[in-house]
Amino acid sequence: MASRRINRITRFNVTALALGFAFLYLPIVILVIYSFNDSRLVTVWGGWSLRWYREFFNDRAMLDAAWMSLRVAAVSATIATILGTLAAVALTRGERFGGRMLFSGMLYAPLVMPEVISGLSLLLLFVALDAGRGFWTVTIAHTTLTMCFVTVVVQSRLGQIDRSLEEAAMDLGCNPAQAFLSVTLPLIIPSIAAGWMLAFTLSLDDVVIASFTTGPGSATLPIRIYSEVRLGVKPEINAICTMVIALIAIVITAASFASRLSRVQGESAAPL
Amino acid sequence: MSARRIFARPARFAAIAPYLWMVLFFLVPFGFVLKIALSQTAIAQPPYVPVFDFMGGREAITAALEQLSFDNFKLLVSDDLYILSYLRSLTVALVSTAILLLIGYPIAYGMARLPQRWQPVAMMLVIVPFWTSFLIRIYAWINILQHDGLLNTVLLKLHLVSAPLVWLSTDSAMYIGIVYSYLPFMILPLYATLAKMDVSLLEAAADLGASPRQAFWQVTVPLSLPGVGAGALLCFIPIVGEFVIPDLLAGSDAMMIGQTLWLEFFTNKDWPVASAVAVVLLVLLVAPLLLYERLQHRQLEAR
Amino acid sequence: MAEEIQKSEPELERAAEPAKIEPPVVAASLPIKLEPDMPLLRIEAVAKKFGNFRAVDHVSLDVRAGEFFALLGPSGCGKTTLLRMLAGFETPDEGRILLGGKDIAHVLPHERPVNMMFQNYALFPHLSVRDNIAFGLKRAGMARVDIETRVAEMMALVRLEGMEKRKPDQLSGGQRQRVALARALARRPQVLLLDEPLAALDKKLRESTQRELMELQRRLGMTFIVVTHDQEEAMTMASRIGVMDAGRLDQVATPRDLYEAPASRWIAEFVGDINLFEGQPGAAEGGRLAVSTRDAGTLYVTEPRKALKGAVSVAIRPEKVKLSRRAPAVDEANAFNRLEGTITDVSYLGGQTTYKVKLDSGATVSSTMANTTRIVDAYLAGQRVVAWFTSDDCLVLDQ
Repeated sequence: MASRRINRITRFNVTALALGFAFLYLPIVILVIYSFNDSRLVTVWGGWSLRWYREFFNDRAMLDAAWMSLRVAAVSATIATILGTLAAVALTRGERFGGRMLFSGMLYAPLVMPEVISGLSLLLLFVALDAGRGFWTVTIAHTTLTMCFVTVVVQSRLGQIDRSLEEAAMDLGCNPAQAFLSVTLPLIIPSIAAGWMLAFTLSLDDVVIASFTTGPGSATLPIRIYSEVRLGVKPEINAICTMVIALIAIVITAASFASRLSRVQGESAAPL
Repeated sequence: MSARRIFARPARFAAIAPYLWMVLFFLVPFGFVLKIALSQTAIAQPPYVPVFDFMGGREAITAALEQLSFDNFKLLVSDDLYILSYLRSLTVALVSTAILLLIGYPIAYGMARLPQRWQPVAMMLVIVPFWTSFLIRIYAWINILQHDGLLNTVLLKLHLVSAPLVWLSTDSAMYIGIVYSYLPFMILPLYATLAKMDVSLLEAAADLGASPRQAFWQVTVPLSLPGVGAGALLCFIPIVGEFVIPDLLAGSDAMMIGQTLWLEFFTNKDWPVASAVAVVLLVLLVAPLLLYERLQHRQLEAR
Repeated sequence: MAEEIQKSEPELERAAEPAKIEPPVVAASLPIKLEPDMPLLRIEAVAKKFGNFRAVDHVSLDVRAGEFFALLGPSGCGKTTLLRMLAGFETPDEGRILLGGKDIAHVLPHERPVNMMFQNYALFPHLSVRDNIAFGLKRAGMARVDIETRVAEMMALVRLEGMEKRKPDQLSGGQRQRVALARALARRPQVLLLDEPLAALDKKLRESTQRELMELQRRLGMTFIVVTHDQEEAMTMASRIGVMDAGRLDQVATPRDLYEAPASRWIAEFVGDINLFEGQPGAAEGGRLAVSTRDAGTLYVTEPRKALKGAVSVAIRPEKVKLSRRAPAVDEANAFNRLEGTITDVSYLGGQTTYKVKLDSGATVSSTMANTTRIVDAYLAGQRVVAWFTSDDCLVLDQ
């Protein structure tokens, strides 16, 4: 569709979007700036400094938590991506099957389910199974939550793919599995990658579910940040947060580069 | 049999692993929540009785079953603390959703009416904060809202106030935090419906004599209602159970139900009551959850 | 158009000549030895329902090797479903589909020596032109060298040399159409199925592509089955046409027979324009039948071979209705039908002009006349004219 008269820059557009984006971005920008503030007080600008970054790298407990979080995020995102992609394939290509409603229900509910409920229920399961709490229980919990997001992302892409492409592949000699691997999979790879990154960042972000399912001595970074934040603002936290934001920014940029390189037509970079 | 069915059989095999996973880690745990909600607190490990001993044979299980009771639910009804928490949660969620709609709609509308080539950029700008850590974004507001924080500094400099105001630990701070965190969830579904709306419908309305304002209220708004519903549910349901935002930004005099559950579980170590709170919360959310599922279903599977 | 129709039969003969290209390599997985007089493809009482909707209702059809066959019908008539059953994307509920004598009705698509060109082309967006064409050859386990040769051969065949590395989104509509064709032809299928192959092209391109398709089919000696809703397209390209309506195959005929001897009133109206006069048949005399019509008095038609029962329609194509200012002299041998009326509408179409003549009874007759001279405007609206046609040019159709 060509740009119609109605799609244009107006005073209303610009005002609404400027205010909206200012609201969304200003707090983060302020946080990043203050992470370089030499002063301990937020009101006082003590000059640019990397003091709080040094402090973080000397904080053994924080470093351990960060390492734990990265491992949980990487492992859970990977399992979630595999399971979520399989679920998306079953939902978009499986037509009707027994328990389909239950299946899709179980996959959509966690998207909005209050985290306290998911966290509590998983903890009770782990206690009942007498599973030692730590890395694996948090990883399983995060996988359960994030695979639902992966499913939605991949499912919406699969739904856009013209089914006649798969028919053409079969017509040219592919059995269904070959048709999927040689035609469908290459087309959904960018959305699978987007799903992985979404799962990774969601895991890196979670406090509530991790608090329920983790054990002593295996706190994740958000849990540590959270317990520090409850005691008030600490400039070191600003520095940690800035680094997390930088990490996520790098991941997103890499992803958009990757999807641009693959140059798949009609692919939208939007995760939701 | 059709081509779709040729594909369907292997596709169904793909469901097996995620299906089993979700049954084990999503469905079954609710059974445990229900069971423990019917148990009694105990100073033990785990901190409740009865503990089912499946090795103990039939009598042991029957004996354990007899110990289950509705005492925890009676407590929830009799103690004001819980009822007030539930009510506060619903109120906060309702008010927040209304504010989100009021702020999110103009932004989504503004985005959908941008020239085509700017729309993906605006979309990215809405999504990026959603990727950045939620906890960090709440924390960013503490920086701004604290006693000697940026907001008070600016207000004092502008001579709008004579003494620093108390922002942190108030409901205003909590609402700011909630609206800030959930805004992308409101904007994205709204934008999706507004952007795919056929512009020629508005042109037709104008052609038939509607002013832009009339066209907006009589064409755009009714057609965007599915997006409004999706956005509202996507925000309302998780806000009801929200814990981190009220815990960090609101005062401690009134609690939302997520905080109450947390308190019972972590501070009071009363797992059975915490489970009962969760069961009731889930029951409250069943209707909006089902509604949300239907919307999701229609959006993702009706192609 | 008349010229093309006359061409179609000799074309069929030429098409049946032995193929100039070496025998199929890929499709040899299902070797087909045809007995003389045996059709390559035989569809036997095939039926398919979607829920309660009869998409295909017991269709039987034979297609000979080397034919260019068109399935013609309005949208929703079942022609695409029938084509998809030939490709294997749908399985018939009843009936058999015999390819070279073997029932393939329940063979999976990837195991059939049949390829399809999709309506939207279904080119793989992530693969280059070369890889799209090589796709089916790789599946068949062809050697790398042979694949290269075959791809080059196909690229030359559809005149796409130099485009090997392009992605589908870097091609024009016409180029995409040719890639889709090359991809489907590369496996040398026993039958090539084409689903509305020209629908996405603009008019000019469509005409040249029609000629190319015919030329290609003749050179390869391959059997083409094309589905189309465009009767002109079907008439131009096909050696035989099957007309479908509501899941049934109503008539199978050469383009000429379909136009000049439609089997039913519905087909007569669907294929081209026609004037219809309802009436009761009277007595036959000297090989001519008198039909007394409501709107045009008594019309004389050449006596049809088959017996008529009850009410009939006399049908006459507009280009066979001539106009003149006064009634032509009576020629006993031809038994003119003459209708007087007033011209109400003149549609100038360039090569020809269509006149609407309102008869005194109130009915309207269309007449199309070729504009054989540049300047003269033959008739004007409001003019009194006589519309006339011979009994040989009339058709009699059951109501």
